[in-house]
Parts: sequence; C-alpha cells; structure tokens
Amino acid sequence: MRIDLTRRVAFLAVTVLALAVLAVASVSVGAQAVPPEEIWRVFAGGAGAEAESIVRDIRGPRTVLACCAGAALATAGTLIQTMTRNPLAEPGVLGVTAGAAFAITLGTVLGVTGSQPSRMALAVGGAALASVAVYTVGRTFPLRLVLAGFALTAVLAGLTLALRLLFPDALDEYRYWHVGSLAGREQTPLALPLAVIVVALAGAVLVTRPLGGLMLGDSVAHALGARVRRVRIAVLVLITLLTGAATAVAGPIIFVGLLVPHLARRPAAGSVAWLMAYTMVLGAVLLVAADIGSRVLLPTGELPVAVVTAFLGGPALIWIVRRHGAVAL
Amino acid sequence: MSALVVRAGPVSALVERRALVASCVLVAAIAGLALAALCRGDSWDAPGDVLQGLLGRGDSAVIVREWRLPRVTAAIVFGAALGAAGSVFQNLTRNALGSPDVIGLDAGSYTGVLIAITLFGGTAAGLATGALAGGLATAAAVCALALRSGVSGLRLVVVGIAVNAMLTATNSWIVLRADLDVAIAATGWQAGTLNGVEWAGLRFPLIVIGALAVLLAALSQGMRQAALGDDVAAASGLGLGRFRLLAVLAGVGLTAGVTAAAGPIVFVGLVAPQIGRRIAGAAGVPPLPAALTGAALLLAADLIAQTVLSPVQLPVGAVTTVLGGGYLCLLLFKEVERG
Repeated sequence: MRIDLTRRVAFLAVTVLALAVLAVASVSVGAQAVPPEEIWRVFAGGAGAEAESIVRDIRGPRTVLACCAGAALATAGTLIQTMTRNPLAEPGVLGVTAGAAFAITLGTVLGVTGSQPSRMALAVGGAALASVAVYTVGRTFPLRLVLAGFALTAVLAGLTLALRLLFPDALDEYRYWHVGSLAGREQTPLALPLAVIVVALAGAVLVTRPLGGLMLGDSVAHALGARVRRVRIAVLVLITLLTGAATAVAGPIIFVGLLVPHLARRPAAGSVAWLMAYTMVLGAVLLVAADIGSRVLLPTGELPVAVVTAFLGGPALIWIVRRHGAVAL
Repeated sequence: MSALVVRAGPVSALVERRALVASCVLVAAIAGLALAALCRGDSWDAPGDVLQGLLGRGDSAVIVREWRLPRVTAAIVFGAALGAAGSVFQNLTRNALGSPDVIGLDAGSYTGVLIAITLFGGTAAGLATGALAGGLATAAAVCALALRSGVSGLRLVVVGIAVNAMLTATNSWIVLRADLDVAIAATGWQAGTLNGVEWAGLRFPLIVIGALAVLLAALSQGMRQAALGDDVAAASGLGLGRFRLLAVLAGVGLTAGVTAAAGPIVFVGLVAPQIGRRIAGAAGVPPLPAALTGAALLLAADLIAQTVLSPVQLPVGAVTTVLGGGYLCLLLFKEVERG
C-alpha cells in the first residue's frame, strides 16, 4: 500500500514538474523568443521593456489560460466518463461544447456578446441545455449517449453554419474562434471565466468521494451513503460550468476531455481522487504543450490549438483503444 | 411472415410484404418531392407545364430540363448513394455509428478534394480522383488501425471518430489559410451543397455511382449472410475476405463520388439506413430502403435549403444535419420513453 502511495505521489510530482517546464517554455517560445533568465528578471525586476510586455501582457496570460482551459476540459471529461461509466464520453463528443459554441454564435448574431459576462452566460447556458438534453436521452446506454451527442453536435453545427453563411460579416472574427484557438485570447478580460473554472475545479475535488461510490453502480453508491441523484445533478452542473467557461475563452476544443482521463486512469489505479488530480495536471500539460506546438509547428504563422489537440488526441486515442480495448474503464 | 415469392424464369426472390409496401411508399414520396422540386423556381410553375417541359414541349422546357432537372437528379442519386454507403458500413461494422460520415470517410474524401484543388487546380477528374484517393486512404487507415485479432465494431467506430477529428481539423486548417472569399465559398462547400449543379459536372459521378450500385446489388445476398455473424456467414459459403473488400470498395466509392461532386454531405449516411430499416420493419440494415430513404431525405433537404431562407441558398448539408440529427434525437428519445 505504501509503495503504491509513493508511486502515485512520484507520478504526480513528475507531471507537475513537466507542467512547470512547459509553462516556462510556453512563456519563452514564440515569434520573439524570451530566454528563461529574462523571464526570471521580469519577475525579479530589471528586465527590458519589450520582454516585460511580452511576458506580462501576452504570453503569461496565455499560458495561464491554456493551463486553466486544459484542466477544465480534462476534468469535465473525467467527471462525465466516471459518472456515466462510459469511456467514450467527453464534452466535445457529447455536444456540450457544441451547445456552448452555438449559443455564442447566436448571441453574436443578435449582438449581445459585447461583454465577457454576457458571453460567459451564453456559453454556460448553451452548455447546460445541451448536457441536460443529451443526458436525458442517453443516460442508460453508453452507445446511445454518444449517438445522442453526435446527433446534437450535428444539429448545432448545421445551425451554426447557416448563421455564419447568413451573416458573414458579423461572424468573420469568429472564423478563428470556431476552430478553437488561444491566440489573441489573452487580450480579453479573463478574470471571470478563470474564476468560474477555479471554483468548478474545487467543486470537482469535493465530489470525488461520492463519485467513487457511483462508479460501483447506483445501488452500491446508495448503500454506501451517497445521495445518487444529488451527486449526479452536481456533476452535471460542474461539467456545464467547466465546458462553458473553457469554450467561452478558447472556442470549441475537443479531445482533451476524451484523451486525458484515459492517460490518467492507469497511474491512478482505480482511485477517483488520484484520477481527478492527475487529470487536472495532465489536462493543463496537454493544452500548454499543444499551444506551444501551435506556435512553432508552422514557419509562417500560428496553427489553431484545436488542430494540434486533434493531432495529439487522435493518435493517442487510437493507441489507447488498440492497447486496452474500447471499454477498459 | 407475410412474404411474397417472385419468380421470373430461373431467378426467384423472397420479398417481405412490408418491405415492398414501404419501398413503394418511398418511391411515391420521392416522385412527389421531385415534382415539387421541378416546379420550384423564381416563380412557381404549374405541375402540368413542368411535365410538358420535361417532355421537351412548352416554354419552360429549357428551364426544367437544363436547370432544375440536374439538381433534382443529383439530389436523388447522391442521396441514394449516401444511404446505400451508410448501410454497407453499418452492416460491416454491425453498429449504427459505423457509417461513413462518423468514421471519417466524408472528411477524408474532402481532404483529398482540398488537396487536389490546392495542388492540381479544380478539374472534375482531379476532384474525383482526389476524393476517391482520400476516401480509400482513410478507409484503409481506419481498418488497419482497428484491426487487432479481428475487427470489433466499437473499436472501429472509436478509431474512426479519432481519424475523423484529425481530418476535420486538417480541413478547417486548409480552409483557414485561404482568403476570406475563398473561405466563405469553401464553408458552403464544406457542408456539402447542390447549388450550381449542371449536367456537365454530373456525368462522371453518375457513371461511377451507377457502376457501384450494380456491384452493391450483386453483394446484397452476401450482406444478408454476413449479417448472421462471421461463423454462420462462412459456413453458408460466403468468402468473407473478398466480400468485405468489395463492400468497402463500393461504400467508399459511393461516398467519394458524391463528395467529389457536392462536398461532404454528412448525416445522410448515418440516418437514412436507420430510418429506412424502421420504415421497412427490417431485421438488419438493408441497402434498398436505406438508398430510397436517403434519396427522399436529400431531396426534401435540398427543397428546404432553397426555400427556407430565400433568397439565400443554404448548403444542403446544413439542412441534412439539422433534419437528420433532429430525427435521430427524436428516435432516441422515443426509445427512452418506451424504456
């Protein structure tokens, strides 16, 4: 048991270390490279004005944003996979991301997305409607859940596309947002979405115990003293908040929530609390790494980060499915 | 069961009565929708005039035969092709989610088309070759990656979803690098559209789809055997390896032929077989009701796409996703209510 604990702590330490290294790399890499000692000087005092503005105004916030969005999406994925006992469940696959994206598109057309709070409210509202709809239809069968999510995503994608074609001018700026990117997002006020994400992540930590009971089946969970209904509602609310906030700032980024829980599940070895901890760190690691990749992979400009996550997540998912089978949970 | 036996010389066929009635109803629906689509234009023509024009008489002959008929033909044939391709893959994977649009064949064909446009310019043959190559490469990749001591349906679907996401990301990246005008045009085409279809552009896809339809008809008996499970199919004399290869070829070819001419019209391949089997009350996912349902669905979707936000013409793919997705949601919801 003790050896087990040591290994788990060691794995967590390694991932946190990786996150720290990647965060430094994320601040230093870009069109104008800032060496690590210059970053140190920005915080210790005595750095040049240019480095100061790059680090404080652009890359620092962007790195924080990537960490939070990655952790949020990955945690949402873990919550939904654990609750539904479905290895294929993910906010992106289940249409929750599409719900948030559609709500923001609609809001843009109606001209009500001017302020950050209104965009947040729209995204969370859209995510809430989508998750309730899909969960109502598909809660009993894993495959039906995915099918319902796929159907809803398609419906919303079709409607979004129709809106974009009807109002091309109003939605030109959303061309990039729709692919999911972190570029330029650091300029918008981020306090509200980041606060929502942090609160929801704290909530996710609180539900780990009852969620562990839920993994054993509803009746066992009930016998263990978990209030199944209440836990389910709480988890749905958390998923909605996490996905809505992440989508409001970064656009629809899928696959982080699908991939990270699979990566975290083996080292966590059945413990929901460790799974949640690994998920948060690994989600941040994945999105920061993908964001760095989006800056350096093309010589001519930036790639939207969702394209990079798709190329990281796709092969990894295939590998997982081939190695462990589709239903290893 | 209430089955009819049809005999014509040495050939005989067993036809379920409900399947027969359902097919007749679907054909009638397609004919009605086609007539409505032929009447619809800037002005609404009387059906009598349109029928006259169809025979080459009257003032509206040119409009009906050269402008509206290609589009209606395309909707029927493409819808049927997508529905049939969907049923082929849903049969092979024994999974409703294993249809071409979910496992990335549409996206792969479209990637091929986009590469063909950027590298070789947009000739019709180049587009068709690109679409076919992209679709086949995607199918080969998905099958190879899912293959591990036998193909499991669910694993294939998950691998397909992963490949689909990568290809979709690639496609949107290619579109993003284009200019705004090109990007808007590509956005319309990205959803699949029948706007501006002409006879000249249709000839090649129609030949390809026709040839593959014959192949599919030849395979339909094997498909019924394969639906019984690998062991029973092999025991009843079906060469599974050859059958699967031919079926995949037919399915990919049908999808690619449509994508080359009209862009990736998703969701018909997923929904039409499922609606078709429910209408026909069939045990498996037979190709004929799927094809007929696909034709009716795409025809109706195209009518809606032209009408609903007139004068803006929506890409038909936007409508198929909304209609098909909505119907699928409804079906799922009803299943939940029944328990």
